[in-house]
Amino acid sequence: MSISTIDPETGLAVDLHAPDPRLLRERRERRLQLILPVAALGCAIGLWEFLVWYHEVPHYLIPAPSLIAKTLVTDGASLMQSALFTVKLTLLSLALAIIGGVSLGMVFALSRPIEMSLFPFAVILQVTPVVAIAPLILIYVSNTFAALLICAWIVAFFPILSNTAIGLRSADHNLRDMFRLYQATPWQRLRYLLIPSALPYFMAALKIAGGLALIGAVVAEFVAGTAGQNTGLASRILESSFRNEIPRMFAALFLVSVLGVIIFLATSWLSRAVLGHWHESEIKREG
Amino acid sequence: MSTLPHGATAPDLIDMRDVDKVFSNGTIALRGMSLSIKQGEFVSFLGPSGCGKSTALKMIAGLLSVSKGAITVNGHPAGQSRDGSDIGFVFQEATLMPWATVFDNVHLPLKLHGLGKAEARERVDEALAMVGLSNFATSYPRELSGGMRMRVSIARAMVTRPKLLLMDEPFAALDEMTRSKLNDEVLALWKSHGLTVIFVTHSVFESVYLSSRVVVMAARPGRVVHDIPLATDIPRTADYRMSTTYAETCKQVSTALEGTMTHVDLNH
Repeated sequence: MSISTIDPETGLAVDLHAPDPRLLRERRERRLQLILPVAALGCAIGLWEFLVWYHEVPHYLIPAPSLIAKTLVTDGASLMQSALFTVKLTLLSLALAIIGGVSLGMVFALSRPIEMSLFPFAVILQVTPVVAIAPLILIYVSNTFAALLICAWIVAFFPILSNTAIGLRSADHNLRDMFRLYQATPWQRLRYLLIPSALPYFMAALKIAGGLALIGAVVAEFVAGTAGQNTGLASRILESSFRNEIPRMFAALFLVSVLGVIIFLATSWLSRAVLGHWHESEIKREG
Repeated sequence: MSTLPHGATAPDLIDMRDVDKVFSNGTIALRGMSLSIKQGEFVSFLGPSGCGKSTALKMIAGLLSVSKGAITVNGHPAGQSRDGSDIGFVFQEATLMPWATVFDNVHLPLKLHGLGKAEARERVDEALAMVGLSNFATSYPRELSGGMRMRVSIARAMVTRPKLLLMDEPFAALDEMTRSKLNDEVLALWKSHGLTVIFVTHSVFESVYLSSRVVVMAARPGRVVHDIPLATDIPRTADYRMSTTYAETCKQVSTALEGTMTHVDLNH
C-alpha cells in the first residue's frame, strides 16, 4: 500500500513510497514515440522495395530504395557538395531573414506610421510567388549566388517580420503599466518585457521560416537552372531529369527531404529549449 | 501596536481636488471627485462596475492622466514621484511574467531601479517571507495556485517598501477561503508596516472587514456619493465577522450602495 500525504505548502497529494506508475507510463510513451514512426517508415520502404521487385518496375520509372541508396554512395561526393551548397544558401538566407525581419519588426512595433507605410511592400513581396520574381532578380543581379540568396530570403523574411511585430505588441497591458509605475527606461521595457513576450511568436515564425528558406533556395535554383561546379541539390535534380538518371534524381530528392527534416527538428528543439519552462505551447501536460 | 497607526493629526498623503476623467471616446469615467486620504488609513473604494473606482486608483498611481483637477501624492503631482518606489500596485490578476521565476518576478521593481540580483536578494527574500512563499522562489508562476500567484504579486508590490499600497480588486477572482485568508494577510501587512492602503472592491463584506473608511461610489458618471468612516478599535478577526457590529455596518454600507443603484439601468 502506498502512503500519501498532503503537502501543507502546495496542498498537493504527495505519494511517498509507491513506484511512480506515471513515470513508467511516460517512459513507455516516449519509447513508442520513437519506435512507431520508424517502424512505419521502415514498412513503407520495405513495401516499395518489394513492389518494385515483384512487378519488375524498370529503374528509369521508379527505382527501388536499395538502388537509390547505392546511388547515394556512388555519387556521394558530388551530391554532398551540392547538399553543402544548398545548406549554405538556406542557412544564410534564414540568418538574413532573421536579422532583417527582427530589425524591421522592431521598427514596426515602435512606430505605427512607419509600419503603415512599409507594410504594403512587405505584403506585396510575400504574396508574389517567388518563382515569378526570380527571373527578374536573376537578370538584375549578376552574381548567381546573391540572386539565389535574395529569392530564398524573400520567402523566409515575411513570417519573421510579421510575427516579431505582433509579438512585440502582445505584452500584457497590466505588465506594461507595472513597468510604467516603476519608471522603466525604454531599453528596460524592451529587454525585460517586450522581447520575452515576443519570443513565442518569434519561435513560431522561425519554425515556418526555416522550412520556407529551404523551399526558397530550391525553387530559386530551379528557376536559375544553373549548371556547373558550384550548384545545389535542385540543379542535381534538374540535371538528372535531363539525362534520365532517375535514381540520382531520387537520391537528390532524398537529401532535400533530409535537410528539411533536420531544419524542422533543429527549430523545434530550439523552441522547446527557449520556451519549454514557461510557455503553454511547449509545456508537456500530464493526461 | 494594537491601535491603528493613524490618528487625527496624521498628514494628508493623497489629495484629490475636483478630479474629472474623460476618456477619448467621450465617456465620463469620473466627475468632480474630491478626497483626502491620511497616512495610515485603509480606504476602500466600493461601487458597481463603471463607477470609476479603478480609474481613480490608476490616476493616483499616475498610470492614467487627469482630465481636470489635481491629484497630489505625498506632496507631488500623481505620477511624478522620484522613481515609483513609494507606491506598490496590485492588479486584479496576479500579472506576473510567466517566463520568470517567482524570485525574478519579485525582484523586478528593484531591478528596474538598477539593483542587481545579489544586492536585492535580501529584500526579495524578505518580501517572499512576508507572504509565506520563501520555499517557492525558484518556481514559475504556472506552477502556483491562484492564491499563491496573488501572494507573489503582493510581495512584488511590497519589495520596494512602499508607503502606499494600491490594490485593484485583487482577490475578485479567488475562492472565498483563499480570499478571506489573503484579507487577513493584507490587514497584517497594513498594521505591521504602517502602510496606507487603497483597496478597490465591489464586495460590501470585504470593504467593511478591511477598511477604516469606505468610499461609496456611483456610476454614470463615476462619482463619490458616501464617505463612511468605520470604527477602527475593533480587532478584525474571525470573531468580528460573526459580530453584530459587523452585520450592522455591512447593512449600513449596503444601504448606501443600493442608494447609488436606483438610477442605474440594470439591463445595461
